[in-house]
Amino acid sequence: MSTPTITASVTITGETIPRVELTPVAVDLLRSLWEEHGPLMFHQSGGCCDGSSPMLFMAGEFITSDQDVRLGQFDLAPAGEPGQPLDFWMSAEQFNYWSHTFLTVDVVPGRGSGFSAEAPRGVRFLIRSELMTTMTPFAGPTDTVEADAADSPAPVVAS
Amino acid sequence: MTVYAAPGTPGSKVTFKSRYENWIGGEWVAPVKGQYFEDITPVTGKPFAEVARGTAEDIELALDAAHKAAPAWGKTSATERAAVLNRIADVIDANTEMLAVAETWDNGKAVRETINADIPLAADHFRYFASAIRAQDGDHAQLDGDTVSYQFHEPLGVVGQIIPWNFPILMAVWKLAPALAAGNAIVLKPAEQTPVSILVLMELIGDILPPGVVNVVNGFGLEAGKPLASSNRIRKIAFTGETTTGRLILQYASANIIPSTVELGGKSPNIFFSDVAQEKDAFYDKAQEGFVLFAFNQGEVCTAPSRALLQKPIYDSFLGDAVTRASKIIQGNPLDTDTQMGAQASNDQLEKILSYIDIGTKEGARLALGGERADLGGDLTDGYYVQPTIFEGHNKMRLFQEEIFGPVLAVTSFTDYDDAISIANDTIYGLGAGVWSRNGNVAYRAGRDIQAGRVWVNNYHAYPAGAAFGGYKSSGIGRENNKLALGHYQQTKNLLVSYSENKLGFF
Repeated sequence: MSTPTITASVTITGETIPRVELTPVAVDLLRSLWEEHGPLMFHQSGGCCDGSSPMLFMAGEFITSDQDVRLGQFDLAPAGEPGQPLDFWMSAEQFNYWSHTFLTVDVVPGRGSGFSAEAPRGVRFLIRSELMTTMTPFAGPTDTVEADAADSPAPVVAS
Repeated sequence: MTVYAAPGTPGSKVTFKSRYENWIGGEWVAPVKGQYFEDITPVTGKPFAEVARGTAEDIELALDAAHKAAPAWGKTSATERAAVLNRIADVIDANTEMLAVAETWDNGKAVRETINADIPLAADHFRYFASAIRAQDGDHAQLDGDTVSYQFHEPLGVVGQIIPWNFPILMAVWKLAPALAAGNAIVLKPAEQTPVSILVLMELIGDILPPGVVNVVNGFGLEAGKPLASSNRIRKIAFTGETTTGRLILQYASANIIPSTVELGGKSPNIFFSDVAQEKDAFYDKAQEGFVLFAFNQGEVCTAPSRALLQKPIYDSFLGDAVTRASKIIQGNPLDTDTQMGAQASNDQLEKILSYIDIGTKEGARLALGGERADLGGDLTDGYYVQPTIFEGHNKMRLFQEEIFGPVLAVTSFTDYDDAISIANDTIYGLGAGVWSRNGNVAYRAGRDIQAGRVWVNNYHAYPAGAAFGGYKSSGIGRENNKLALGHYQQTKNLLVSYSENKLGFF
């Protein structure tokens, strides 16, 4: 049976449509890395050399806070097997500029990526993006950022 | 015009070893687990050397060596350490072409940049910190008639440094020089995309330094970088890279209660006020070049001027001239001194840049130039080349908000001064910025109003030693390239001396 695309469950309060998905090749790689390392998490990076890529860590290795948004949760487990939850996180300030896009986590041949767990395999995760077709099912960033909502910039308007 | 022979062919300025071990305690040490990885040159996309795939065990060996060396090195006089730094600078200068070719082969950047910028700046950087440490005084204060407070600068001891791949030698030197000048021993982890050129430098300068003062362990971030950054045997961790890893490193540092300096990238605005086009003179030409500098180092610079802000009255004409100029950028063999733009540093970097070009188009940005992978044919056909690319759009687009780290420029317009500053500061980053105006007051005021650690006024992409470099906002913590960096590698010892014969009188 071929590996399916996996779409993350909705984890942002007030939203109804998923924000993140995994390509089949990403699913295969994540399942293999899960076997090697155990539970995992993504935190989307920004900036500089290895930035703007999703970083894969052992679950809990990267300490998230009120300054982060959980965009969704994947379940890597095949149907009927015990769950393998994998959260996808991004800093709240970065989410303010990314919230109008749907993210697909893919895999490309590559070398190095901060402390991300896939690097020794000679590959790295890559984000591909689509515009969200509508803003309405989504909470604005102001609602999704739990802390200091009053200080958050105005919601991004998709063009 | 000169075309340097490719490494591995007759007449090359550099001969790489087929395999590189870790540099620990003044000698080459095989990795404990015996594993290696291939170093790929972005010029052709082909591997050219094997490099030690270091792990926590190798980091421990390097820390052993560093701890052994640190006490004596920390006690040397500033005079002695400055002499060592100056000798290193002399050796770099004597080997400029060799190091430049090695750097170009490892990273992909055009050799005219490594010869004229990376390598000479590295030499000068050592000289600057040789001078800075000689000139550094402690403080003292006479607190009252018989009490004196002395502040001494002491080295931290053993420090960790994690280096990016965009200027592999120069960025290593930005961290090595102040740490060495201040009297620290170092364990350095280069980027796994560019692990070799720094080892070529160590081959040249290794015997100038006492064994164990500088140790280099290569490997992947998870396997070698994390054990270094999270070790309780370092007294400081310095990192240049991206935001998520930067936060992780700060978390590790907090667990050990040690300082950390992090430089985490940017999305630098380059602002052109209307008066730059008042005349088509030398200054206009300079400003045009300043716009095209987005393509310098293939855009793989933390401070790349990746957002151009043009004032409305000159928007069409200035952009038209600049697009024409950018369209003439010479892409080609990075070892050809006529080549102006080389290869991106890795395949995944290439893929990421293309993914941004894709989302830029989807967001409705207008493509004014480029937008595709460049196939340069021949041996270079599998190299990682991207056309210089210019998009027009607005500042809320992801193209304008994310560091693409490629030759991709996002251009928008502004109405007046306040609009310019507002757009410039509408970013989570604050590393670099450029301001161009013939009006000194406007240029000066803008320079102060932009929230960034480095604002170039009527110039861009100059990195002279002495000019402090570092980020505001999410671009990081700390300053390099200036004597301020010494403070990041020093502990303050206060000696509070009483020369009164009289007791306090409390007991």
